Amino acid sequence: MPIAKKKTAAKNNTIKLKFDTSWSYAPAPESKSAATIKPQYDLFINGEWQKPLSKKYFDTINPAKEEKLSEVAESGPADVDKAVNAARHAYEKVWRKMPAKERAKYVFRIARMVQERARELAIIESLDGGKPIRESRDFDVPTAANHFFYYAGWADKLEYAFPNRVTEPLGVAGQIIPWNFPLLMAAWKIAPAIATGNTVVLKPAETTSLTALKLAEIIEESGLPPGVVNIITGAGETGAAIVNHPDINKIAFTGSTDVGKIIQKAIAGTGKKVTLELGGKAANIIFEDAPIDQAVEGVINGIYFNQGHVCCAGSRLYVQESVAKEVIRKLKDRIESLIVGDPLDKNTDIGAINSKQQLATIHKYLDIGKKEGAEMYQSSCALPGKGFWCRPTLFTNVAQSNRIAQEEIFGPVLAILTFRTDDEVIEKANNSPYGLSAGVWTDKGSKIFNMTKRMRAGVIWANTFNKFDPSSPFGGYKESGFGREGGLHGLSAYVNLIN
Amino acid sequence: MGKTAINKSSLTISENGQEKPASSKRLEVLKTYKIYIGGQFPRTESGRYYVPVNAAGAKLANVCLSSRKDFRDAVVAARAAVSGWSNRAAFNRGQILYRMAEMLEGRKAQFMEELIQQDSTRAQAEKEVTLAIDRLIYYAGWCDKFQQVFSAVNPVASSHFNFSVPEPTGVVSIIAPQSDSLLCLVSVIAPVITGGNTCVALASETKPLCAVTFSEVLNSSDLPGGVVNILTGKPGELASWFADHMDVNATICCEKDSSMQKMMREKSALNLKRVTFYDKINWYSEEGQSPYFIMDTQEIKTTWHPVENIAGAGGGY
Repeated sequence: MPIAKKKTAAKNNTIKLKFDTSWSYAPAPESKSAATIKPQYDLFINGEWQKPLSKKYFDTINPAKEEKLSEVAESGPADVDKAVNAARHAYEKVWRKMPAKERAKYVFRIARMVQERARELAIIESLDGGKPIRESRDFDVPTAANHFFYYAGWADKLEYAFPNRVTEPLGVAGQIIPWNFPLLMAAWKIAPAIATGNTVVLKPAETTSLTALKLAEIIEESGLPPGVVNIITGAGETGAAIVNHPDINKIAFTGSTDVGKIIQKAIAGTGKKVTLELGGKAANIIFEDAPIDQAVEGVINGIYFNQGHVCCAGSRLYVQESVAKEVIRKLKDRIESLIVGDPLDKNTDIGAINSKQQLATIHKYLDIGKKEGAEMYQSSCALPGKGFWCRPTLFTNVAQSNRIAQEEIFGPVLAILTFRTDDEVIEKANNSPYGLSAGVWTDKGSKIFNMTKRMRAGVIWANTFNKFDPSSPFGGYKESGFGREGGLHGLSAYVNLIN
Repeated sequence: MGKTAINKSSLTISENGQEKPASSKRLEVLKTYKIYIGGQFPRTESGRYYVPVNAAGAKLANVCLSSRKDFRDAVVAARAAVSGWSNRAAFNRGQILYRMAEMLEGRKAQFMEELIQQDSTRAQAEKEVTLAIDRLIYYAGWCDKFQQVFSAVNPVASSHFNFSVPEPTGVVSIIAPQSDSLLCLVSVIAPVITGGNTCVALASETKPLCAVTFSEVLNSSDLPGGVVNILTGKPGELASWFADHMDVNATICCEKDSSMQKMMREKSALNLKRVTFYDKINWYSEEGQSPYFIMDTQEIKTTWHPVENIAGAGGGY
């Protein structure tokens, strides 16, 4: 009898959860009424909304419905020039001269106003970008506000950040941000730049301009001196015009490694400073002694957070062979329970893919993975008829040299590989041109530090993944770029040090 | 050809420290100037040489005109040395840098002689050598301290322990300044290896003698082979390889030539090397040494770990 009991207990521990019998969630949609989106947006230059000299506008759509939300101005070279001139003027005449403690108060005020309008910002972020409201409400928007709050406080304390040095701002910063965390990336760029006394020309990504424009409304309302922050919309050509503008002192870019390389070439010989936060292909390592259920949750969060549109996503999973079967089965079970659908539904785990183009890229990689001989597994969930969607996907039987294990996919696609020894997994994990982030799961403290020390990446999560904080520096090694954003170390991107 | 064409030193101290009688019939033994790769002293694989001359027109030596292949060999040696050097205890790295200073002090006379051959006055030569020694001591002291100055424990809002530390970027290629060839070489190499990186340095083209002799100092200082590799040759010929080699993590260029700087930044984009130009630094002044030079070839790594939050541990540290 006791023996039989033990057997059942052991069996129970590995029984497959029956999700088919569980109750499904009723829809819990967030109301759109708390958000105002104007039918058309102009450029925010010199504290005013200005019509584009290019006279052109382009549509921004809701990727979950393929419906037009609004149209935004397309900045041509003349518009970029106007924005840079405004930023230069504000820098020379107002911002660099303002006492640091006054500068700080403006940044604090912006932080507060982002908090006040958090709900509206979250709704628009989900409408325009496709991310689940739960993420924009609980992560993107509060973290953006916190970032302003954190850097505001640094403005009048810079002499404590750089021992034995005096700092001076760089001048005008041209900042180009991606579509995966539109408002948060704007905060990451603007907050440290203006806190340290620079002025800014910021361009959001063309598919996700709206929250940056909402931020411009907040900045206008905050009374920040005109020209300190200019927000101009447009696509790659607008970005190129910013990078190549002769009166810009600093380029800060977050985006793909390919574009990062073009920027480094473009600024050669100009004396512009640059920081680049680029792609990644993070290794997430599970050892056999890890708390498996927590590790599985961490892997799910690591790759399916924000539809996998995360440069630091844990897109390569290395599982120790002895637990591979168990982990893979649990992962398959878990993705079955992920709710894919309306980004505005508070129960949604995985929202819409940001754009048609990105969906095509993801599908291209799914085909490549299958052709390379990996086994694809997707959840069986239904997808909405309209919009851009991708089921949570994982590949097993992946080889280190496979493209799905080497290249950044930027979608909800996990490549699973196995290993036997510490040395083997370090070799495999570091075998990547990227080095943005990495993860390790084990119960053994000394092994954690062995791994975190030897992994060549800028952010290492041990027994956790995809955690961010304004006080925590973020940025990559190798081809994931250079420079840090966040924390004390994020200040150096925006100051010159003087003896 | 070559060795006999070399100008005799204006110093009168010979190897055994005795005054040389003018009428001595003893033939002086001249040194073959080699390059330094992986702790070995080969001549260049290319077999090429060049003959720098001093202001008086005297030939300095038949100096190796290093090739792209020499550079690639040096990068292989430097890469192989990264793990051993960066994993050494910081304290131990400090001892080795201190040992380098000891060795340099012991060979002061030889370095002064070479600097004088390369147009320095005796007073200038002495100043340069002593400052180079002191600079090594300065960085020896930083080896186990800069991490503390530039690290942070970050007070994150969630229940995590979160800290950021500097780590070496890896292999660094260096084009050293043309002038003050000993002091400048030491000033650019020392912060790179203090931080646990390895490097390949191209010595001053016009004044290469003391760079080669400095590699003998390195070789007798317990510095593992491959941590510092020193080539001689022409920046114009080698700079592009220094910038575009895919297994180099960072490049430092001290040349003032703006077209070379532009080319190096462009080529560095290939694998997104960290590029630094030290073209306006007065290496004799206080600005010639600082822990911020160490940080130019460091990466910041941030590590997170949860803090158990059962009994209300709250936020991070």
